[in-house]
Amino acid sequence: MFDLSIVFSSVLNGLTMGAVYTLIALGLTLIYGVLHIINFAHGAALMVALYGVYFLKVKLGIDPYLALPVVVPSMFVVGYFLQKVIINHASHGKDENILLVTLGISIVLENLALLLFNSDTRNIETSYTLSTVAVGPAMIAIPKLLSCLGALVVSLMLIVFMRTTDLGRAIRAVAKEKAGARLMGIDVEHVYAMCFGIGLSCLGAAACFLLPAFYVNPTVGNGFVLVAFTIVVLGGMGSFLGACVGGLLIGVIESVGGLFLGDSLGQVGIFVIFILVLLVRPQGLFGLKA
Amino acid sequence: MKDLRAIAIFAGLMASVPLFVHSGVVLNLCMMALFATLLSQSWNILGGFGGQFSFGHALFFGMGAYTQGVFQIQFGLNPWLCLVLAMGSSAMLGLLVGGLSFRYGLKGSYFALITLAFAEVFRILALSANFTGAGVGLMLPLSESVGNMQFSSRVGFIWLMLFWVVCALLITAWLRRSRLGAYLQAVRDNEDAAQALGVDPFQVKWLACGLSAALMGVAGAFYLQVFQYIDPALAFGPHTSISALVGAIVGGMGTLWGPVLGAFALEILSELTRNLFGELPGINMVIYGSLLILIMVFLPRGFAGIRWQGLQRDVKRTPSSGSIGVSASVKGLEERLQVGDALTSGAESQPKSDRSKVQT
Amino acid sequence: MTLLQVKSLSHSFGGLKAVQGVSLSIQAGSLTALIGPNGAGKTTLFSLMSGFIKPDEGDIVFKGQTITGLAAFQCARLGLTRTFQIVQPFAAQTVRENICVGAYLNHPRLEDAMQLAEKVARQVGLSGVLDQAAAQLTVAGRKRLELARALATEPKLLLLDEVLAGLNPFEIQEMIPVIRGLVSAGVTVLMIEHVMQAVMSLAEYAWVLSQGQLIFEGTPANVSKDDKVIEAYLGQGMAQRMAQSVKGTDQ
Repeated sequence: MFDLSIVFSSVLNGLTMGAVYTLIALGLTLIYGVLHIINFAHGAALMVALYGVYFLKVKLGIDPYLALPVVVPSMFVVGYFLQKVIINHASHGKDENILLVTLGISIVLENLALLLFNSDTRNIETSYTLSTVAVGPAMIAIPKLLSCLGALVVSLMLIVFMRTTDLGRAIRAVAKEKAGARLMGIDVEHVYAMCFGIGLSCLGAAACFLLPAFYVNPTVGNGFVLVAFTIVVLGGMGSFLGACVGGLLIGVIESVGGLFLGDSLGQVGIFVIFILVLLVRPQGLFGLKA
Repeated sequence: MKDLRAIAIFAGLMASVPLFVHSGVVLNLCMMALFATLLSQSWNILGGFGGQFSFGHALFFGMGAYTQGVFQIQFGLNPWLCLVLAMGSSAMLGLLVGGLSFRYGLKGSYFALITLAFAEVFRILALSANFTGAGVGLMLPLSESVGNMQFSSRVGFIWLMLFWVVCALLITAWLRRSRLGAYLQAVRDNEDAAQALGVDPFQVKWLACGLSAALMGVAGAFYLQVFQYIDPALAFGPHTSISALVGAIVGGMGTLWGPVLGAFALEILSELTRNLFGELPGINMVIYGSLLILIMVFLPRGFAGIRWQGLQRDVKRTPSSGSIGVSASVKGLEERLQVGDALTSGAESQPKSDRSKVQT
Repeated sequence: MTLLQVKSLSHSFGGLKAVQGVSLSIQAGSLTALIGPNGAGKTTLFSLMSGFIKPDEGDIVFKGQTITGLAAFQCARLGLTRTFQIVQPFAAQTVRENICVGAYLNHPRLEDAMQLAEKVARQVGLSGVLDQAAAQLTVAGRKRLELARALATEPKLLLLDEVLAGLNPFEIQEMIPVIRGLVSAGVTVLMIEHVMQAVMSLAEYAWVLSQGQLIFEGTPANVSKDDKVIEAYLGQGMAQRMAQSVKGTDQ
């Protein structure tokens, strides 16, 4: 029915979007894997980062890619603060409380944005916004290609970081055995906060890569939250490999689904997958059985 | 019975408000507060008593609203009959979603996520389907009469809503004194222990979900009747889901009056904000969200649950198991003995003489 | 009459064989002990018998009915109730409410359940704290609550998992008659216990589990003399060494 090159183009688009999804999902799965928190505020935090990138461009003229050194550390600080000051004190030993706190944070962030910036959808113009490049029979917008490459690079960096640095090792220790890590002298609260910070700084990077090819408005986070959760659940909570595979997979499914079913129903497809995975195989493809 | 008397007093007071107060603003506030109360009461049954937090409770609200609308508009049925259908369809959806979720052992965050997903799916479906009016939504033609469940002033709606709020209060009071309620709370507090005592966790959670959904469906139908309009965002969107849970949590989960307190407080707060700051978009939700965060940090049991604050700290969660295991440290024991004495007024406490030198 | 029969029960967790081919039987009206060194698989065996874990192999017959594979709550409804090694109270509820949950099993009405709850509380020694929150009880109190809740289900067979663990000698002395009283009240008891004084004074019969397998069964007096049991607790070759040292002191 459809021309093969259109499908190919759709798949390619899906992959490029998928790479960004992967970066977003990595942050979420890191937070879950270590803190065992399902961060409902992940989408709202992405939205905050997107606005940050937007205003840096619009007010200060800083190109999104050049804004990385600003946005990423800022998001890290935001994340560190959120975990250390708010989430940490809300748990009282019950996971349900953390659920609600992150939900509360997401509500506040989203509606503050609505309050401050109103509901207009905004996007930015760069010199390369409209340029495209040919990949096989398909044309890919340069921003999308750059975002894909950027996301892949950062994801790789994160994975390497976790394996080689002291902090990475500390994080993995805390994730595996909190009490033991504490006995080894690791400051668990600090590690938790660092972890949350890293998770959000992934969003900062994702925002820099995303905005040139995308847009921002206060509710943009909602769309990403469920997709991010779908990826993390599909790939397996706490699994980096799962986030990578899941991200790319979901990106392609969303794109091709949208091609054949239209945008709305394509989205439904993703949520249906989500529901099915939750019911039938909640540990996902690569996760450990809960 | 203490509860019944309190409910009767509340019902009497609220019912007489429209007789003495004629300010449109106050009556409207009354009606919206009662409406918000029903939302929170319904969430409270599954979330507060059952311990299953639904983040997409609007799912059942929207189901009720659309059922009410579709059967009136497309099939010309009488609204009162539609109300029964709305309740029924929401209840069935609740049993379906609850049945699936609990049969597959979903709890905690996973359950919250799946309710969110279901709400989103339905929102998109409502957005796409024609018989739900797609993006335009459904509009009820104006036809004021009691038989048509459309009242010319807010008074009729207030009494109608009050009736359902009282029903929900009675149901909640019944839960507090019945076997199902005790079983539900036992499953909430410790599912393994409950099982060991003969409780079927699935059955109990499933029923609670259906009951909660039915009440939510009534609220949805009511919304349509009052505002004569519903669209996918209003029906299935996060606003309703959040109102429902914030009201219950701020007021006090798992209590009889918590949802009433919380919903009324939030509505009054919203009204005050509207008066102070005007119609600022999102300000309401910022307040709701902030309250949620503050309550979680400082008062997790909400205002109605203040009495229990000290006890929450004693309960620690073991990491891998799903149940709450309680570990007692020697120092903690001694503190608890003092606290126990202070809190149990009138009841005899264990002799302390040889307990203070407890060895483990 | 044989109340419970376990036939060749086996269960593994991944590669770890927690329970291997265990067969035992419990007579109605008896007080039996299940003992063995740590990690022997005793709690796993309890979980298998009470429906919390489905066994890989084997059968469980209770009151003549095969109950293998039944869910935990179904076993409880048939009269087979267990307690937990790490106490699991409904922390935010009062002692009375806790026991009521058990009592509701056979008494759907609130008044009847409350009445039974009070009776059981008296039996177990918790009458004074009925309106305290469960989280406020001492360790001994929580153990009693655990017992009371299970008793309120009016079980035929009660599996007690280390109900004396964590109690000081005085508290143990107080609990022993309570447990003995259960049997005279018509409840058959199978208890996992490490407190040997209790096992010796309470149990008529004992089963010894080590590394997932039953290595001995007999009266408590015989149990303490058996070589295999000694080695299970004290290490390989100990039985011989102990016998030699006795011979040495004789000469």
